[in-house]
Amino acid sequence: MNVPVENYLVLAALIFAIGCAGVLTRRNVIVILMSVELMLNAVNLTFVALSRQLVSMTGQMIVFFVMTVAAAEVAVGLAIFLAIYSQRRTVNADEISLLRW
Amino acid sequence: MIAFYFIAILTLASALMVVLHRNPIYSALGLVNTLFLIAVSFVMLDAELIAMLQVIVYAGAIVILFLFVIMLLNVETEVRTARVSRLGTAGLVLALLLALELGVFALVREPSSGTPELPAGFGSTELLAETLFSDGMLSFELTSLLLLVAVVGAVVMARRKVES
Repeated sequence: MNVPVENYLVLAALIFAIGCAGVLTRRNVIVILMSVELMLNAVNLTFVALSRQLVSMTGQMIVFFVMTVAAAEVAVGLAIFLAIYSQRRTVNADEISLLRW
Repeated sequence: MIAFYFIAILTLASALMVVLHRNPIYSALGLVNTLFLIAVSFVMLDAELIAMLQVIVYAGAIVILFLFVIMLLNVETEVRTARVSRLGTAGLVLALLLALELGVFALVREPSSGTPELPAGFGSTELLAETLFSDGMLSFELTSLLLLVAVVGAVVMARRKVES
């Protein structure tokens, strides 16, 4: 399998851009969190591709940590959405303006 | 090479499905697909353990959590508001700029130095564990603390309603 590392970097950049567009345009907070996951995965792909190119395991180690942080983030984020939904009956980012001044 | 383009196009299509589909359940299914295809990319990059963790932790645990919450909250499909604001136009321009930059990059790049030969066992559990418990020891311990805080935080957040 002789795919140049640049191909993976371009693919990761495109996935990151798609995820970023999702965060900015969607109004459902759950879908926004999914788009954040997309962006995290794009970065993971970059780490693994460069880890292979540089023949170093450090990149894969960082991916391990990113996965842990992502799992923690999703658990806390979804718990917050459950709490918000039980109070306000909505998961629309436009209607949740508690912290907006 | 053909395999890479096949996987890449499928990955991008699934990622677009996450962002563009109005029903959150279809978005979650697109997310499963994307994560699985990225795991395939990891296998092609000789990172077997990471690929397996990707399938188990992401596609297994995280997306199930998403689906669980979507069904628990009974989220209705999003009403698409047809407002193309100035921000939307700016985003479109920036996206086109990124596409242009990547295209130029793909056309005029130096011939890649090729993929290096890998030592035996690269990407194996053994080698990753060795790195993890030597270079990343402190980070590893901090990660366990982070997980503990996340678990406590999630429980506190989710049961606030019961107390009041």
